[in-house]
Amino acid sequence: MENIVLELNNVSFSYNGLKVLENVSFKVPEKDFLALLGPNGGGKTTLLKLCIGLLKPSHGEIKLFGSDPPYVKHLVGYVPQEANPNPSFPITVLDVVLMGRLNRKKGKIFKKFNKDDIEACSNIMQKLGIWGLKNRRIRDLSGGQRQRVMIARALVSDPKIIFMDEPTASVDRTFQTELYELLRELNQKMTVVVVSHDLSVLSSYVKSVACVNKFVYYHSAAEITKEMIDAIYHCPVELVAHGIPHRVLQEH
Amino acid sequence: MLDISTFDFMKYVLLGALLASVACGIVGTLIVVNRLVFLAGGIAHAAYGGVGISIYFNLPLLPSVLVFSIICSQILGHTTSRSRYKSDAMVGIIWAVGMSIGALLVNLSPGYHADVMGYLFGSILTIVPKDIIVIGLLDLLLLWWTILFYGEILAVSYDPEFAIVSGIKARLFYQLILLFSAITVVVLMRFVGLILVIALLSIPSYIAEDITASLKKMFAVCALLTLTFLIAGLAISVYLDLQPGPTIIISATVMFILVKIANRIVAKNKSNF
Repeated sequence: MENIVLELNNVSFSYNGLKVLENVSFKVPEKDFLALLGPNGGGKTTLLKLCIGLLKPSHGEIKLFGSDPPYVKHLVGYVPQEANPNPSFPITVLDVVLMGRLNRKKGKIFKKFNKDDIEACSNIMQKLGIWGLKNRRIRDLSGGQRQRVMIARALVSDPKIIFMDEPTASVDRTFQTELYELLRELNQKMTVVVVSHDLSVLSSYVKSVACVNKFVYYHSAAEITKEMIDAIYHCPVELVAHGIPHRVLQEH
Repeated sequence: MLDISTFDFMKYVLLGALLASVACGIVGTLIVVNRLVFLAGGIAHAAYGGVGISIYFNLPLLPSVLVFSIICSQILGHTTSRSRYKSDAMVGIIWAVGMSIGALLVNLSPGYHADVMGYLFGSILTIVPKDIIVIGLLDLLLLWWTILFYGEILAVSYDPEFAIVSGIKARLFYQLILLFSAITVVVLMRFVGLILVIALLSIPSYIAEDITASLKKMFAVCALLTLTFLIAGLAISVYLDLQPGPTIIISATVMFILVKIANRIVAKNKSNF
């Protein structure tokens, strides 16, 4: 019996009276590599924010590591869709990445960063090739570099599960591949949940897929065959244009 | 109009300017990096309601304005915290309602109130030792808060969503930033008045934001710039016999424009090579 790290039971979410997600139920096992697919406005980002406790479900319940998401924040890494939340903010790259260590300082009033924190930053930033930029101001970085900073910030706390919202939206193809290789490596130790509307690059890395369009259809690793992913891979147009990727899977 | 015959008075003004620039440096920075300039401007204008209440009910001025502006700031914080960037309508309402309460109450109060202009455009002549003590206490509170919670303040200001995911109570910090804005606005009322105060809180921060690489440095640079603007403005107003409040703001604006032009030229020269 494998461990379930994330479990949704009949979760619904309404925004301004509009149902964004309805009756969502699925379970994510430990060390899963899950892709959330679906059209724009289909509720992918909302689903992600529910899972990490940024939003509260209107109905149903979400268990992350068996608890309410807000109580397990220290186990969660998060890469938001927006790689540049506050462009002109006076902050260096290292300070942004250090922010990722804040969730380990819970309960401490004086949240000073120590040598361990800097070392953790150094390790992950070197891996992502941005250690040399550590003293640069965030506004002086390119879109791709900023994206790496956001990823470093999410990984530096050594999370047990990482959620990424379209992490490859503003990076080039080479880095996309590098990033997914890195995720595959991280996936040995942690569960990975990635939002995307394009499975073409992701296809060889994911273990399971959830199709999100108000309703969610979860396809576990056992259900997905190499052929299915290949089939998705071969019709990316349909995937993006219609947002009904599960058409290539079995009927729901 | 300024008679600076008494040395003591000048001492108060300069000490007041020095202490006020510390509060300005911290609060102005937080307002600008959190994109809350309009909101803080709304609080400053609404605070005039407190002036009206103080005159009409014959209550002490500073506490009345303080309490009224704090209430306005917390109402604004409560109604805008869900969608920080769509808060402008609410700000507009509080802004005008506060001023209306002030105008009505001042009008309904018997007698002539020449000093009303002083609250709106500054009346540095009326600075008393008690004001200095209040500014000093505010400085201590702000320094204590920013040193102790620097990590949280940085995270909440840079990326509130990530701060929440990290387990920080972003909303509490948002309310606190607005609370401190309200107090600072009232404290600065003597210098530049409620209508002009927002310029003094935003001009130094806009300059500082451009040339500093961390929030800490921005606090310091912003405080130094505020002090420079206050002293330069006061000196010019004495020299040319002008009303101090508007003179401080106009001279700060001129310096702001000069700095921006200088930055442009430097940037252009850099890109030419």
